[in-house]
Amino acid sequence: MSEAISPRVPLRVAPRALPRVPTGQDHEDLTKHGIKVTAADVNFFYSEHQALYGINLAVPKNCVTALIGPSGCGKSTFLRCLNRMNDMIDGTLLRGKILLDGEDIYQRGTDVVELRKRVGMVFQKSNPFPKTIYENVAYGPRVAGVKKSVILEEIVEKCLQQAALWDEVQSRLNDSALQLSGGQQQRLCIARALATDPEVLLMDEPASALDPKSTAAIEDLIFELKDTYTIVIVTHNMQQAARVSDQTAFFYEGHLIEVGRTTDMFTHPREKRTEDYITGRFG
Amino acid sequence: MSVSKYSEGRPYAKIASQAFALACGLCTLLSVSVLVLLLWNIFGFGWSSLSWDFVTSWPSRFAAKSGIWSALIGSLYLIGVTALFSVPIGVGAAIYLEEYAPPSRWRSLVQINIANLAGVPSIVYGILGLGLFVRMMHLNRGVLAGGLTLTLVVLPIIILSSQEALRAVPSTIRQASYALGATRWQTIWHQLLPISLPGILTGVILSLSRALGEAAPLVVIGAATFVRFTPKNLITDDYTALPVQIFNWTEQPQVAFHEIAAAGIIVLLTVLIAMNALAVILRQRFSKKVRW
Repeated sequence: MSEAISPRVPLRVAPRALPRVPTGQDHEDLTKHGIKVTAADVNFFYSEHQALYGINLAVPKNCVTALIGPSGCGKSTFLRCLNRMNDMIDGTLLRGKILLDGEDIYQRGTDVVELRKRVGMVFQKSNPFPKTIYENVAYGPRVAGVKKSVILEEIVEKCLQQAALWDEVQSRLNDSALQLSGGQQQRLCIARALATDPEVLLMDEPASALDPKSTAAIEDLIFELKDTYTIVIVTHNMQQAARVSDQTAFFYEGHLIEVGRTTDMFTHPREKRTEDYITGRFG
Repeated sequence: MSVSKYSEGRPYAKIASQAFALACGLCTLLSVSVLVLLLWNIFGFGWSSLSWDFVTSWPSRFAAKSGIWSALIGSLYLIGVTALFSVPIGVGAAIYLEEYAPPSRWRSLVQINIANLAGVPSIVYGILGLGLFVRMMHLNRGVLAGGLTLTLVVLPIIILSSQEALRAVPSTIRQASYALGATRWQTIWHQLLPISLPGILTGVILSLSRALGEAAPLVVIGAATFVRFTPKNLITDDYTALPVQIFNWTEQPQVAFHEIAAAGIIVLLTVLIAMNALAVILRQRFSKKVRW
Protein backbone atom coordinates (compact mmCIF):
# COMPACT_ATOMS: atom_id res chain seq x y z
CA MET A 1 0.00 0.00 0.00
CA SER A 2 1.23 3.42 -0.81
CA GLU A 3 1.49 5.92 2.02
CA ALA A 4 1.20 8.85 -0.34
CA ILE A 5 -2.48 8.21 -0.93
CA SER A 6 -5.00 8.80 1.78
CA PRO A 7 -8.28 6.90 1.59
CA ARG A 8 -10.39 9.96 1.20
CA VAL A 9 -8.76 12.37 -1.20
CA PRO A 10 -11.23 15.18 -1.82
CA LEU A 11 -11.69 15.83 -5.48
CA ARG A 12 -9.41 18.45 -6.98
CA VAL A 13 -7.98 19.45 -3.63
CA ALA A 14 -5.26 16.89 -3.64
CA PRO A 15 -2.31 19.04 -4.78
CA ARG A 16 -2.09 20.93 -1.54
CA ALA A 17 -3.01 18.08 0.72
CA LEU A 18 -0.53 15.62 -0.72
CA PRO A 19 3.09 15.92 -1.69
CA ARG A 20 3.43 15.40 -5.41
CA VAL A 21 5.73 12.60 -6.36
CA PRO A 22 7.41 12.74 -9.75
CA THR A 23 5.73 10.56 -12.35
CA GLY A 24 8.62 8.22 -12.93
CA GLN A 25 8.65 7.14 -9.32
CA ASP A 26 4.89 6.79 -9.23
CA HIS A 27 4.90 3.85 -11.49
CA GLU A 28 7.40 2.00 -9.40
CA ASP A 29 5.37 2.73 -6.36
CA LEU A 30 2.19 1.29 -7.79
CA THR A 31 3.82 -1.85 -9.03
CA LYS A 32 5.97 -2.62 -6.02
CA HIS A 33 3.98 -5.83 -5.50
CA GLY A 34 4.15 -6.65 -9.18
CA ILE A 35 1.54 -6.79 -11.94
CA LYS A 36 -1.43 -9.07 -11.44
CA VAL A 37 -3.43 -8.70 -14.63
CA THR A 38 -2.28 -7.44 -17.99
CA ALA A 39 -4.52 -6.68 -20.93
CA ALA A 40 -2.61 -6.73 -24.19
CA ASP A 41 -4.27 -5.27 -27.27
CA VAL A 42 -7.75 -6.41 -26.25
CA ASN A 43 -10.48 -5.99 -28.85
CA PHE A 44 -13.96 -7.09 -27.94
CA PHE A 45 -17.00 -7.68 -30.10
CA TYR A 46 -20.70 -8.18 -29.41
CA SER A 47 -21.54 -9.95 -32.68
CA GLU A 48 -20.92 -7.20 -35.25
CA HIS A 49 -20.47 -4.37 -32.81
CA GLN A 50 -16.98 -3.68 -31.54
CA ALA A 51 -17.06 -2.61 -27.90
CA LEU A 52 -13.35 -2.38 -27.07
CA TYR A 53 -10.48 -1.21 -29.24
CA GLY A 54 -6.92 -2.26 -28.54
CA ILE A 55 -6.96 -1.96 -24.76
CA ASN A 56 -3.55 -2.16 -23.05
CA LEU A 57 -3.72 -2.00 -19.30
CA ALA A 58 -1.65 -3.32 -16.41
CA VAL A 59 -3.42 -3.94 -13.12
CA PRO A 60 -0.92 -3.71 -10.25
CA LYS A 61 -1.11 -6.23 -7.49
CA ASN A 62 -2.66 -5.26 -4.12
CA CYS A 63 -3.90 -2.01 -5.58
CA VAL A 64 -7.31 -0.69 -6.44
CA THR A 65 -7.73 0.11 -10.11
CA ALA A 66 -10.78 2.22 -10.97
CA LEU A 67 -12.33 2.11 -14.44
CA ILE A 68 -14.21 5.31 -15.20
CA GLY A 69 -15.97 6.74 -18.21
CA PRO A 70 -19.44 7.63 -19.49
CA SER A 71 -22.16 4.99 -19.90
CA GLY A 72 -21.53 2.62 -22.77
CA CYS A 73 -17.80 3.36 -22.92
CA GLY A 74 -16.89 -0.28 -22.44
CA LYS A 75 -15.60 -0.23 -18.88
CA SER A 76 -18.03 -2.88 -17.64
CA THR A 77 -17.40 -4.95 -20.73
CA PHE A 78 -13.70 -4.79 -20.02
CA LEU A 79 -14.25 -5.77 -16.40
CA ARG A 80 -16.29 -8.77 -17.45
CA CYS A 81 -13.52 -9.84 -19.81
CA LEU A 82 -11.26 -10.33 -16.83
CA ASN A 83 -13.19 -13.33 -15.50
CA ARG A 84 -14.68 -14.30 -18.83
CA MET A 85 -18.24 -13.55 -17.76
CA ASN A 86 -18.82 -12.30 -21.29
CA ASP A 87 -18.57 -15.91 -22.41
CA MET A 88 -22.12 -16.28 -21.16
CA ILE A 89 -23.37 -13.84 -23.76
CA ASP A 90 -23.87 -15.50 -27.13
CA GLY A 91 -21.96 -14.14 -30.08
CA THR A 92 -19.20 -12.35 -28.21
CA LEU A 93 -15.59 -12.50 -29.29
CA LEU A 94 -12.35 -11.32 -27.76
CA ARG A 95 -9.14 -10.73 -29.69
CA GLY A 96 -5.94 -10.05 -27.85
CA LYS A 97 -4.58 -11.36 -24.60
CA ILE A 98 -5.47 -11.03 -20.96
CA LEU A 99 -2.74 -12.31 -18.71
CA LEU A 100 -3.35 -13.36 -15.14
CA ASP A 101 0.02 -13.84 -13.46
CA GLY A 102 1.52 -13.99 -16.92
CA GLU A 103 -0.82 -16.66 -18.25
CA ASP A 104 -3.31 -15.95 -20.99
CA ILE A 105 -6.80 -16.67 -19.65
CA TYR A 106 -8.21 -16.79 -23.17
CA GLN A 107 -5.86 -19.46 -24.46
CA ARG A 108 -7.27 -22.82 -25.41
CA GLY A 109 -7.76 -25.21 -22.55
CA THR A 110 -8.24 -22.55 -19.89
CA ASP A 111 -10.50 -23.86 -17.15
CA VAL A 112 -13.05 -21.06 -16.87
CA VAL A 113 -14.52 -22.50 -13.68
CA GLU A 114 -11.08 -22.44 -12.06
CA LEU A 115 -10.44 -18.93 -13.39
CA ARG A 116 -13.60 -17.60 -11.77
CA LYS A 117 -12.52 -19.01 -8.44
CA ARG A 118 -9.37 -16.94 -8.73
CA VAL A 119 -11.10 -13.85 -10.08
CA GLY A 120 -14.20 -13.07 -8.02
CA MET A 121 -16.90 -10.63 -8.94
CA VAL A 122 -19.38 -8.33 -7.23
CA PHE A 123 -22.24 -7.09 -9.38
CA GLN A 124 -23.88 -3.70 -9.66
CA LYS A 125 -27.17 -4.91 -8.30
CA SER A 126 -26.81 -7.10 -5.24
CA ASN A 127 -27.87 -10.58 -6.23
CA PRO A 128 -27.95 -12.87 -3.21
CA PHE A 129 -29.27 -16.37 -3.76
CA PRO A 130 -32.72 -17.03 -2.30
CA LYS A 131 -31.11 -19.05 0.47
CA THR A 132 -29.96 -18.37 3.99
CA ILE A 133 -27.19 -15.88 4.75
CA TYR A 134 -24.98 -18.80 5.70
CA GLU A 135 -25.68 -20.73 2.52
CA ASN A 136 -24.94 -17.68 0.40
CA VAL A 137 -21.43 -17.34 1.74
CA ALA A 138 -20.82 -21.09 1.91
CA TYR A 139 -21.85 -21.62 -1.71
CA GLY A 140 -18.48 -20.80 -3.28
CA PRO A 141 -16.43 -23.14 -1.07
CA ARG A 142 -19.15 -25.78 -1.36
CA VAL A 143 -19.05 -25.91 -5.14
CA ALA A 144 -15.27 -25.95 -4.88
CA GLY A 145 -15.56 -29.16 -2.88
CA VAL A 146 -15.39 -28.11 0.78
CA LYS A 147 -17.73 -30.44 2.66
CA LYS A 148 -16.79 -30.26 6.33
CA SER A 149 -19.14 -27.96 8.18
CA VAL A 150 -16.41 -26.94 10.64
CA ILE A 151 -14.34 -25.49 7.81
CA LEU A 152 -17.37 -23.94 6.14
CA GLU A 153 -18.43 -22.24 9.36
CA GLU A 154 -14.96 -20.86 9.74
CA ILE A 155 -14.94 -19.49 6.20
CA VAL A 156 -18.39 -17.97 6.59
CA GLU A 157 -17.44 -16.18 9.78
CA LYS A 158 -14.14 -14.94 8.40
CA CYS A 159 -15.64 -13.61 5.18
CA LEU A 160 -18.59 -11.96 6.88
CA GLN A 161 -16.13 -10.27 9.20
CA GLN A 162 -13.99 -9.15 6.27
CA ALA A 163 -17.10 -7.71 4.66
CA ALA A 164 -17.96 -5.92 7.93
CA LEU A 165 -21.27 -7.73 8.17
CA TRP A 166 -20.62 -10.32 10.88
CA ASP A 167 -21.79 -8.19 13.81
CA GLU A 168 -25.08 -7.44 12.11
CA VAL A 169 -25.94 -10.97 11.04
CA GLN A 170 -24.19 -13.41 13.34
CA SER A 171 -27.37 -14.09 15.30
CA ARG A 172 -29.44 -14.80 12.20
CA LEU A 173 -27.25 -16.72 9.80
CA ASN A 174 -30.16 -19.00 8.97
CA ASP A 175 -32.49 -16.22 7.91
CA SER A 176 -33.13 -15.54 4.25
CA ALA A 177 -30.50 -13.32 2.69
CA LEU A 178 -33.28 -11.38 1.01
CA GLN A 179 -34.45 -10.01 4.34
CA LEU A 180 -31.29 -7.94 4.60
CA SER A 181 -31.25 -4.28 3.59
CA GLY A 182 -29.80 -3.24 0.25
CA GLY A 183 -26.45 -2.24 1.72
CA GLN A 184 -26.23 -5.41 3.77
CA GLN A 185 -27.09 -7.52 0.73
CA GLN A 186 -24.28 -5.95 -1.23
CA ARG A 187 -21.81 -6.57 1.60
CA LEU A 188 -23.11 -10.14 1.72
CA CYS A 189 -22.33 -10.45 -1.99
CA ILE A 190 -18.82 -9.19 -1.26
CA ALA A 191 -18.45 -11.75 1.56
CA ARG A 192 -19.72 -14.42 -0.81
CA ALA A 193 -17.15 -13.42 -3.43
CA LEU A 194 -14.38 -13.48 -0.82
CA ALA A 195 -15.34 -16.97 0.31
CA THR A 196 -13.78 -18.58 -2.73
CA ASP A 197 -10.51 -16.96 -1.65
CA PRO A 198 -9.96 -15.14 -4.94
CA GLU A 199 -6.79 -13.33 -5.93
CA VAL A 200 -8.54 -10.61 -7.89
CA LEU A 201 -11.86 -9.00 -7.02
CA LEU A 202 -13.87 -7.34 -9.76
CA MET A 203 -16.53 -4.85 -8.71
CA ASP A 204 -19.06 -3.51 -11.17
CA GLU A 205 -20.39 -0.28 -9.64
CA PRO A 206 -20.85 -2.01 -6.30
CA ALA A 207 -22.28 1.03 -4.55
CA SER A 208 -24.35 2.63 -7.29
CA ALA A 209 -27.66 1.45 -5.85
CA LEU A 210 -26.83 2.25 -2.24
CA ASP A 211 -27.39 5.14 0.11
CA PRO A 212 -24.40 7.29 1.19
CA LYS A 213 -23.89 5.45 4.47
CA SER A 214 -23.77 2.02 2.89
CA THR A 215 -21.56 3.44 0.14
CA ALA A 216 -19.10 4.70 2.73
CA ALA A 217 -19.11 1.27 4.39
CA ILE A 218 -18.33 -0.41 1.07
CA GLU A 219 -15.58 2.08 0.27
CA ASP A 220 -13.93 1.53 3.64
CA LEU A 221 -14.19 -2.16 2.94
CA ILE A 222 -12.49 -1.84 -0.44
CA PHE A 223 -9.69 0.04 1.21
CA GLU A 224 -9.23 -2.72 3.76
CA LEU A 225 -9.43 -5.48 1.20
CA LYS A 226 -6.64 -4.30 -1.07
CA ASP A 227 -4.04 -5.54 1.39
CA THR A 228 -5.13 -9.04 0.50
CA TYR A 229 -6.66 -8.75 -2.95
CA THR A 230 -6.12 -7.00 -6.21
CA ILE A 231 -9.24 -4.97 -6.91
CA VAL A 232 -10.65 -3.61 -10.15
CA ILE A 233 -13.69 -1.43 -9.71
CA VAL A 234 -16.01 0.18 -12.23
CA THR A 235 -17.58 3.36 -10.97
CA HIS A 236 -19.63 6.26 -12.23
CA ASN A 237 -18.80 8.27 -9.19
CA MET A 238 -15.68 10.42 -9.64
CA GLN A 239 -15.32 11.09 -5.93
CA GLN A 240 -15.49 7.40 -5.29
CA ALA A 241 -12.78 6.68 -7.83
CA ALA A 242 -10.65 9.39 -6.27
CA ARG A 243 -11.24 8.10 -2.76
CA VAL A 244 -10.70 4.40 -3.15
CA SER A 245 -8.40 3.80 -6.08
CA ASP A 246 -4.65 3.88 -6.59
CA GLN A 247 -4.79 3.73 -10.35
CA THR A 248 -7.49 5.10 -12.62
CA ALA A 249 -8.23 4.19 -16.21
CA PHE A 250 -10.48 6.42 -18.29
CA PHE A 251 -12.48 4.71 -21.03
CA TYR A 252 -14.25 6.55 -23.80
CA GLU A 253 -16.19 5.00 -26.68
CA GLY A 254 -14.38 1.70 -26.33
CA HIS A 255 -10.91 3.20 -26.17
CA LEU A 256 -8.67 3.50 -23.15
CA ILE A 257 -7.92 7.19 -23.22
CA GLU A 258 -5.70 7.54 -20.22
CA VAL A 259 -4.41 5.50 -17.36
CA GLY A 260 -2.35 6.62 -14.44
CA ARG A 261 -1.99 7.10 -10.77
CA THR A 262 -5.28 8.31 -9.35
CA THR A 263 -3.78 11.35 -7.66
CA ASP A 264 -2.14 12.44 -10.92
CA MET A 265 -5.15 11.74 -12.99
CA PHE A 266 -7.45 13.83 -10.83
CA THR A 267 -5.03 16.69 -10.47
CA HIS A 268 -3.10 16.75 -13.74
CA PRO A 269 -4.93 14.74 -16.38
CA ARG A 270 -2.83 14.53 -19.52
CA GLU A 271 -5.76 14.33 -21.90
CA LYS A 272 -8.30 17.06 -22.46
CA ARG A 273 -11.15 14.52 -22.60
CA THR A 274 -10.17 13.07 -19.24
CA GLU A 275 -10.19 16.48 -17.69
CA ASP A 276 -13.56 17.30 -19.21
CA TYR A 277 -15.00 14.08 -17.90
CA ILE A 278 -13.70 14.17 -14.36
CA THR A 279 -14.65 17.79 -13.95
CA GLY A 280 -18.16 16.89 -15.06
CA ARG A 281 -18.16 18.79 -18.33
CA PHE A 282 -19.64 15.76 -20.10
CA GLY A 283 -20.67 12.21 -19.40
CA MET B 1 -65.26 18.75 -7.20
CA SER B 2 -62.71 20.29 -9.46
CA VAL B 3 -62.01 18.60 -12.73
CA SER B 4 -58.53 18.59 -14.24
CA LYS B 5 -58.03 20.49 -17.42
CA TYR B 6 -57.90 17.53 -19.77
CA SER B 7 -60.62 15.41 -18.18
CA GLU B 8 -63.28 16.91 -20.41
CA GLY B 9 -61.89 14.94 -23.33
CA ARG B 10 -62.91 11.59 -21.81
CA PRO B 11 -66.38 11.97 -20.34
CA TYR B 12 -67.14 8.22 -20.41
CA ALA B 13 -63.81 6.97 -19.08
CA LYS B 14 -65.12 6.26 -15.60
CA ILE B 15 -68.23 4.49 -16.83
CA ALA B 16 -66.20 2.50 -19.37
CA SER B 17 -63.83 1.40 -16.64
CA GLN B 18 -66.66 0.21 -14.43
CA ALA B 19 -68.38 -1.51 -17.35
CA PHE B 20 -65.18 -3.39 -18.15
CA ALA B 21 -64.81 -4.54 -14.55
CA LEU B 22 -68.43 -5.72 -14.61
CA ALA B 23 -67.91 -7.61 -17.87
CA CYS B 24 -64.84 -9.39 -16.48
CA GLY B 25 -66.78 -10.25 -13.33
CA LEU B 26 -69.58 -11.72 -15.40
CA CYS B 27 -67.09 -13.88 -17.33
CA THR B 28 -65.79 -15.28 -14.06
CA LEU B 29 -69.31 -15.88 -12.79
CA LEU B 30 -70.25 -17.67 -15.99
CA SER B 31 -67.33 -20.09 -15.90
CA VAL B 32 -67.73 -20.79 -12.21
CA SER B 33 -71.46 -21.40 -12.54
CA VAL B 34 -70.93 -23.84 -15.42
CA LEU B 35 -68.51 -25.76 -13.21
CA VAL B 36 -70.90 -25.70 -10.26
CA LEU B 37 -73.77 -26.85 -12.47
CA LEU B 38 -71.68 -29.73 -13.81
CA LEU B 39 -70.61 -30.86 -10.36
CA TRP B 40 -74.16 -30.51 -9.05
CA ASN B 41 -75.47 -32.64 -11.87
CA ILE B 42 -72.87 -35.36 -11.44
CA PHE B 43 -73.04 -35.53 -7.69
CA GLY B 44 -76.83 -35.55 -7.79
CA PHE B 45 -76.82 -38.38 -10.31
CA GLY B 46 -74.01 -40.52 -8.98
CA TRP B 47 -73.92 -39.91 -5.24
CA SER B 48 -76.44 -42.64 -4.42
CA SER B 49 -74.34 -45.28 -6.24
CA LEU B 50 -71.16 -44.26 -4.52
CA SER B 51 -70.04 -46.51 -1.70
CA TRP B 52 -66.90 -48.21 -0.50
CA ASP B 53 -68.18 -51.38 -2.12
CA PHE B 54 -68.39 -49.54 -5.44
CA VAL B 55 -64.78 -48.48 -5.14
CA THR B 56 -63.47 -51.93 -4.23
CA SER B 57 -65.56 -54.16 -6.52
CA TRP B 58 -64.82 -55.56 -9.95
CA PRO B 59 -67.01 -54.51 -12.86
CA SER B 60 -70.04 -56.69 -13.53
CA ARG B 61 -72.79 -57.26 -16.06
CA PHE B 62 -75.16 -55.89 -13.45
CA ALA B 63 -74.89 -52.21 -12.67
CA ALA B 64 -75.78 -52.72 -9.02
CA LYS B 65 -72.88 -55.13 -8.49
CA SER B 66 -70.39 -53.17 -10.58
CA GLY B 67 -67.38 -51.51 -9.07
CA ILE B 68 -64.43 -49.46 -10.24
CA TRP B 69 -61.50 -51.14 -8.49
CA SER B 70 -59.72 -52.47 -11.59
CA ALA B 71 -60.08 -49.11 -13.36
CA LEU B 72 -58.83 -47.18 -10.35
CA ILE B 73 -55.78 -49.38 -9.94
CA GLY B 74 -55.19 -49.38 -13.70
CA SER B 75 -55.27 -45.57 -13.73
CA LEU B 76 -52.84 -45.33 -10.82
CA TYR B 77 -50.45 -47.73 -12.58
CA LEU B 78 -50.75 -45.69 -15.78
CA ILE B 79 -50.02 -42.43 -14.01
CA GLY B 80 -47.06 -44.04 -12.27
CA VAL B 81 -45.56 -45.25 -15.54
CA THR B 82 -46.30 -41.94 -17.25
CA ALA B 83 -44.67 -39.94 -14.46
CA LEU B 84 -41.68 -42.27 -14.40
CA PHE B 85 -40.94 -41.59 -18.07
CA SER B 86 -42.31 -38.12 -18.71
CA VAL B 87 -40.90 -36.22 -15.73
CA PRO B 88 -37.17 -37.04 -16.13
CA ILE B 89 -37.29 -36.85 -19.91
CA GLY B 90 -39.38 -33.67 -19.95
CA VAL B 91 -37.39 -31.80 -17.31
CA GLY B 92 -34.13 -33.01 -18.85
CA ALA B 93 -35.15 -31.74 -22.27
CA ALA B 94 -36.21 -28.42 -20.77
CA ILE B 95 -32.86 -28.04 -19.01
CA TYR B 96 -31.00 -28.85 -22.21
CA LEU B 97 -32.99 -26.38 -24.28
CA GLU B 98 -32.79 -23.58 -21.72
CA GLU B 99 -29.30 -23.98 -20.26
CA TYR B 100 -27.13 -25.88 -22.72
CA ALA B 101 -28.31 -25.55 -26.31
CA PRO B 102 -26.76 -22.51 -27.97
CA PRO B 103 -29.23 -20.47 -29.97
CA SER B 104 -29.36 -21.89 -33.45
CA ARG B 105 -31.81 -22.61 -36.20
CA TRP B 106 -31.91 -26.17 -34.98
CA ARG B 107 -32.98 -25.13 -31.50
CA SER B 108 -35.72 -22.85 -32.83
CA LEU B 109 -36.94 -25.71 -35.00
CA VAL B 110 -37.10 -28.08 -32.03
CA GLN B 111 -38.79 -25.38 -29.96
CA ILE B 112 -41.49 -24.73 -32.52
CA ASN B 113 -42.11 -28.43 -32.94
CA ILE B 114 -42.53 -29.00 -29.22
CA ALA B 115 -45.01 -26.14 -29.05
CA ASN B 116 -46.92 -27.66 -31.97
CA LEU B 117 -46.85 -31.15 -30.48
CA ALA B 118 -48.47 -29.78 -27.32
CA GLY B 119 -51.48 -28.93 -29.45
CA VAL B 120 -51.80 -32.27 -31.26
CA PRO B 121 -55.05 -34.11 -30.37
CA SER B 122 -54.34 -37.00 -28.04
CA ILE B 123 -56.00 -39.56 -30.31
CA VAL B 124 -53.17 -38.98 -32.79
CA TYR B 125 -50.71 -40.04 -30.09
CA GLY B 126 -52.91 -43.08 -29.56
CA ILE B 127 -52.38 -44.06 -33.18
CA LEU B 128 -48.62 -43.45 -32.83
CA GLY B 129 -48.56 -45.51 -29.64
CA LEU B 130 -50.42 -48.34 -31.35
CA GLY B 131 -47.90 -48.41 -34.17
CA LEU B 132 -44.77 -47.77 -32.15
CA PHE B 133 -45.23 -49.43 -28.77
CA VAL B 134 -47.88 -52.08 -29.37
CA ARG B 135 -46.87 -53.30 -32.83
CA MET B 136 -43.20 -52.38 -33.42
CA MET B 137 -41.91 -52.84 -29.88
CA HIS B 138 -44.30 -55.70 -29.11
CA LEU B 139 -45.33 -54.25 -25.79
CA ASN B 140 -48.79 -55.77 -26.26
CA ARG B 141 -51.71 -53.92 -24.82
CA GLY B 142 -50.45 -53.66 -21.30
CA VAL B 143 -49.98 -50.82 -18.85
CA LEU B 144 -46.49 -50.12 -20.14
CA ALA B 145 -47.67 -49.38 -23.68
CA GLY B 146 -50.48 -47.23 -22.27
CA GLY B 147 -48.16 -45.31 -19.97
CA LEU B 148 -45.66 -44.70 -22.75
CA THR B 149 -48.42 -43.44 -25.02
CA LEU B 150 -49.62 -41.06 -22.32
CA THR B 151 -45.99 -40.00 -21.90
CA LEU B 152 -46.05 -38.88 -25.53
CA VAL B 153 -49.24 -36.93 -24.87
CA VAL B 154 -47.92 -34.99 -21.86
CA LEU B 155 -44.21 -34.69 -22.71
CA PRO B 156 -44.53 -31.46 -24.73
CA ILE B 157 -46.55 -29.84 -21.96
CA ILE B 158 -44.01 -30.83 -19.31
CA ILE B 159 -41.14 -29.56 -21.44
CA LEU B 160 -42.81 -26.22 -22.13
CA SER B 161 -43.87 -25.58 -18.55
CA SER B 162 -40.46 -26.59 -17.17
CA GLN B 163 -38.76 -24.29 -19.67
CA GLU B 164 -41.06 -21.51 -18.55
CA ALA B 165 -40.14 -22.16 -14.92
CA LEU B 166 -36.41 -22.18 -15.66
CA ARG B 167 -36.67 -19.01 -17.71
CA ALA B 168 -38.35 -17.28 -14.77
CA VAL B 169 -35.20 -17.64 -12.66
CA PRO B 170 -33.50 -14.22 -12.75
CA SER B 171 -30.33 -14.22 -14.85
CA THR B 172 -28.55 -12.48 -11.97
CA ILE B 173 -28.74 -15.78 -10.06
CA ARG B 174 -26.99 -17.60 -12.90
CA GLN B 175 -24.34 -14.89 -13.15
CA ALA B 176 -23.70 -14.91 -9.41
CA SER B 177 -23.32 -18.67 -9.42
CA TYR B 178 -21.00 -18.81 -12.42
CA ALA B 179 -18.95 -15.92 -11.06
CA LEU B 180 -18.30 -17.98 -7.94
CA GLY B 181 -16.73 -20.72 -10.00
CA ALA B 182 -19.73 -23.03 -10.10
CA THR B 183 -20.00 -25.39 -13.04
CA ARG B 184 -23.07 -25.48 -15.20
CA TRP B 185 -24.27 -28.61 -13.47
CA GLN B 186 -23.74 -27.12 -10.00
CA THR B 187 -25.60 -23.98 -11.03
CA ILE B 188 -28.50 -26.03 -12.35
CA TRP B 189 -28.61 -28.39 -9.39
CA HIS B 190 -28.06 -25.96 -6.52
CA GLN B 191 -29.70 -22.81 -7.84
CA LEU B 192 -31.92 -23.17 -10.87
CA LEU B 193 -33.79 -26.38 -10.02
CA PRO B 194 -34.64 -25.47 -6.41
CA ILE B 195 -35.87 -22.06 -7.50
CA SER B 196 -37.87 -23.34 -10.45
CA LEU B 197 -39.16 -26.48 -8.75
CA PRO B 198 -42.57 -25.08 -7.74
CA GLY B 199 -43.16 -24.05 -11.34
CA ILE B 200 -41.97 -27.38 -12.70
CA LEU B 201 -44.14 -29.28 -10.22
CA THR B 202 -47.20 -27.29 -11.21
CA GLY B 203 -46.61 -28.17 -14.84
CA VAL B 204 -46.03 -31.81 -14.02
CA ILE B 205 -49.21 -32.11 -11.96
CA LEU B 206 -51.32 -30.38 -14.60
CA SER B 207 -49.88 -32.70 -17.24
CA LEU B 208 -50.44 -35.84 -15.18
CA SER B 209 -53.96 -34.67 -14.42
CA ARG B 210 -54.54 -34.47 -18.11
CA ALA B 211 -53.06 -37.93 -18.59
CA LEU B 212 -55.38 -39.26 -15.90
CA GLY B 213 -58.41 -37.97 -17.77
CA GLU B 214 -57.41 -39.22 -21.23
CA ALA B 215 -59.61 -41.94 -22.70
CA ALA B 216 -59.14 -41.58 -26.44
CA PRO B 217 -55.51 -42.71 -26.86
CA LEU B 218 -56.09 -45.63 -24.48
CA VAL B 219 -59.11 -46.79 -26.45
CA VAL B 220 -57.05 -46.62 -29.65
CA ILE B 221 -54.17 -48.71 -28.28
CA GLY B 222 -56.67 -51.18 -26.89
CA ALA B 223 -57.22 -50.77 -23.20
CA ALA B 224 -59.85 -53.29 -22.22
CA THR B 225 -63.16 -52.19 -20.78
CA PHE B 226 -64.12 -55.21 -18.76
CA VAL B 227 -61.32 -56.38 -16.50
CA ARG B 228 -61.89 -58.37 -13.34
CA PHE B 229 -58.33 -58.39 -12.05
CA THR B 230 -55.54 -55.92 -11.42
CA PRO B 231 -52.55 -56.21 -13.77
CA LYS B 232 -49.64 -58.20 -12.36
CA ASN B 233 -47.53 -58.00 -15.47
CA LEU B 234 -47.18 -54.52 -16.94
CA ILE B 235 -46.70 -55.82 -20.47
CA THR B 236 -48.91 -58.83 -20.98
CA ASP B 237 -51.86 -58.26 -18.64
CA ASP B 238 -54.97 -56.43 -19.74
CA TYR B 239 -55.95 -53.35 -17.80
CA THR B 240 -58.51 -50.64 -17.83
CA ALA B 241 -58.51 -47.02 -16.69
CA LEU B 242 -61.05 -44.73 -15.05
CA PRO B 243 -61.99 -42.66 -18.11
CA VAL B 244 -62.20 -45.77 -20.29
CA GLN B 245 -64.45 -47.50 -17.77
CA ILE B 246 -66.62 -44.40 -17.41
CA PHE B 247 -66.88 -44.08 -21.17
CA ASN B 248 -67.91 -47.71 -21.42
CA TRP B 249 -70.65 -47.34 -18.83
CA THR B 250 -72.11 -44.25 -20.45
CA GLU B 251 -72.42 -46.29 -23.68
CA GLN B 252 -74.77 -48.75 -22.01
CA PRO B 253 -78.50 -48.24 -22.55
CA GLN B 254 -79.54 -48.81 -18.91
CA VAL B 255 -79.86 -45.73 -16.70
CA ALA B 256 -78.35 -47.69 -13.80
CA PHE B 257 -75.04 -47.77 -15.68
CA HIS B 258 -75.21 -44.01 -16.25
CA GLU B 259 -75.54 -43.60 -12.53
CA ILE B 260 -72.45 -45.64 -11.76
CA ALA B 261 -70.66 -43.70 -14.55
CA ALA B 262 -71.40 -40.54 -12.58
CA ALA B 263 -70.10 -42.25 -9.43
CA GLY B 264 -66.97 -43.16 -11.41
CA ILE B 265 -66.52 -39.51 -12.35
CA ILE B 266 -66.66 -38.60 -8.66
CA VAL B 267 -63.89 -41.14 -7.99
CA LEU B 268 -61.84 -39.68 -10.87
CA LEU B 269 -62.30 -36.16 -9.51
CA THR B 270 -61.26 -37.33 -6.05
CA VAL B 271 -58.04 -38.81 -7.44
CA LEU B 272 -57.36 -35.53 -9.29
CA ILE B 273 -57.89 -33.48 -6.15
CA ALA B 274 -55.64 -35.84 -4.20
CA MET B 275 -52.90 -35.42 -6.82
CA ASN B 276 -53.17 -31.64 -6.64
CA ALA B 277 -53.04 -31.74 -2.86
CA LEU B 278 -49.91 -33.85 -3.11
CA ALA B 279 -48.43 -31.22 -5.41
CA VAL B 280 -49.16 -28.48 -2.90
CA ILE B 281 -47.51 -30.47 -0.11
CA LEU B 282 -44.47 -31.28 -2.24
CA ARG B 283 -44.14 -27.68 -3.34
CA GLN B 284 -44.18 -26.45 0.23
CA ARG B 285 -41.63 -29.03 1.31
CA PHE B 286 -39.24 -28.17 -1.49
CA SER B 287 -39.68 -24.43 -1.32
CA LYS B 288 -38.51 -24.47 2.30
CA LYS B 289 -35.02 -24.70 0.91
CA VAL B 290 -35.52 -21.56 -1.14
CA ARG B 291 -35.85 -18.41 0.94
CA TRP B 292 -37.14 -15.56 -1.13
